[in-house]
Amino acid sequence: MLRERYLNLIILAILVIIPLWAWVSDEPFTITLVTRAVILALAGVGLNLALGQGGLVSFGHAAYFGIGGYAMGILASHAQNYDPIIEVPFLIEGTNSMPIIWLVAVIAGALSALVIGALSLRTTGVYFIMVTLAFGQMLYYFAISWPAYGGEDGLSIYVRNQFPGVNTLDPMQFFVVCFVILCVVLFLVDRINKSPFGLALDGAHQQEERVQTVGINVYRLRLVAFVISGAITALAGALFADLNRFVSPVMFSWHFSGEIIVFIILGGVARLFGPVVGACLFILLEHILGDLSDYWHIYLGAILLFVVLFAKGGILGFLSKKEVPHAG
Amino acid sequence: MSVILLIEQVLNGLQFGVMLFLMAAGLTLIFGVMGLINLAHGSLYMVGAFAAAAVAGWTGSFLLALAASLAAAAAFGALIELTVIRRLYARDHLDQVLATFALILIFSEATRWTFGSFPLFLDTPDWLSGTVMLPGGIEYSLYRLTIIGIGLVVAVALFLLISKTRVGMRIRAGENDREMIGALGVDISILYTLVFALGAALAGLSGALVGAIQSVEVGMGEPVLILAFVVIVIGGIGSIKGALFGAILVGLTDTLGRTLLPVLFGTFMEASSATTIGSALASMLIYILMAGVLVFRPTGLFGSA
Repeated sequence: MLRERYLNLIILAILVIIPLWAWVSDEPFTITLVTRAVILALAGVGLNLALGQGGLVSFGHAAYFGIGGYAMGILASHAQNYDPIIEVPFLIEGTNSMPIIWLVAVIAGALSALVIGALSLRTTGVYFIMVTLAFGQMLYYFAISWPAYGGEDGLSIYVRNQFPGVNTLDPMQFFVVCFVILCVVLFLVDRINKSPFGLALDGAHQQEERVQTVGINVYRLRLVAFVISGAITALAGALFADLNRFVSPVMFSWHFSGEIIVFIILGGVARLFGPVVGACLFILLEHILGDLSDYWHIYLGAILLFVVLFAKGGILGFLSKKEVPHAG
Repeated sequence: MSVILLIEQVLNGLQFGVMLFLMAAGLTLIFGVMGLINLAHGSLYMVGAFAAAAVAGWTGSFLLALAASLAAAAAFGALIELTVIRRLYARDHLDQVLATFALILIFSEATRWTFGSFPLFLDTPDWLSGTVMLPGGIEYSLYRLTIIGIGLVVAVALFLLISKTRVGMRIRAGENDREMIGALGVDISILYTLVFALGAALAGLSGALVGAIQSVEVGMGEPVLILAFVVIVIGGIGSIKGALFGAILVGLTDTLGRTLLPVLFGTFMEASSATTIGSALASMLIYILMAGVLVFRPTGLFGSA
């Protein structure tokens, strides 16, 4: 069977070849579809750090996705209307520069993950699942009832934000931006997983007492992982908002929190490329089954049920036939 | 704000609370006995509401509709327990979450396929519509008062079932040590199916009762499910008493927060921004309550260990 590292390279190659082929044959829709998959994969990579490596089943990661989305929406809408965000005590203006928006999204995602994580990590197991779900829902209702930025209707941004030297409105160029970010994040997450921090996090997942005994503060360890995880997912949210040029409370919905977990499970828990494969498969299923039937969620549900009950390890587990020590 | 309006809101909060209790009781029972987190509980709530709306449409009888909601939810509950859920007891929580998430997708789409995307309406029967005069000159909806009554009766019945009957004894024994009661000759798998169907029936009943106030539509179960989770986190998992207490606390906090906060903010800011900030904060109030409970008692008010 294939070594997982080669498998991962093949996956990246496929992710480049499909849009290239679509670019040559002039099918911008396909490029946008792959871009969507790449962005959702990024959200999944974020969650996988907490869920796969750390064993923290967060059912509220839509919160950070939504926060990233609104970071983009708020900054860009102020820039679009030429009206500053705050004037006193000092002037803060909106912006349509992607790097600044990403930075703000990452910081906002990290801060909210710090607060939510600090509270949620006081609990474990089922409590943790329910509490993260509840906090996600809290932000969802807040976004709906706060009228300043569109409330339930959301916010439209008419022009995609700028990245120096790139025409972001061109689907192929925007894809490249997203793809490079995914690769950088995958590289960083891989480094984190192999660092002493990542090993301790994995150890705490398997045997909490042992990690505690060697003098590591497990609570702090998990909180840091949760914050990094939230920040990555927020970055994905900002990109997703830019892809659609639209943000709405739907980005916060619990349904999306469930879907990110689904990406990870379809691809393979605690595997670096698990969420990438899962997100691509999800988009593919959505596209194919959605064409066949309006009720495609039934088939998605059936496939998911099958994978959970009978095919642990997901697609990558099936293809590489090698157990990850910390899966499950 | 007049006292009468305030009492009315307290009653509304109670009504919301007992409905949440019907949901939370099933969830907490299923978690306590089988150690299972069941996201599809909201789907059973929806099944109950749709069964009631359909039967009320055919027969015109509200009592038959309620019976149908209990029967349909219990039947679907038993069905999914036998086919899917029982494979999950030994799995970790992540698998349980995903499998029951898959069940939500299947249930929601199957319901949409059967009944269409438009909401159905379940009318309150004539003999329960209108208002009653409460002591102190308060006029209050008879139907909502009946819901409060039904909820309290169910709470007492559930308490008696668990503390006084043989089945209840087995359920409690199952919570404490499932291997031991299996060794004593109790058929655990039948007990599990029974507990699951009981929880499902309560969810279905709650769906039908609320369906007559709101509309009956696909996806109606999940917001209630998440609120029921908040209730359980506040009350403590596995505790029926905690579920009752938590449900009423959440029901009152939410209802009163929505009424009082805009008024409260109105005392020191201008009316329009008071309404905005007040209602935005009110929508977050129960989660703030939950966070507060977590800080002081991470296992909930009545939870152990």
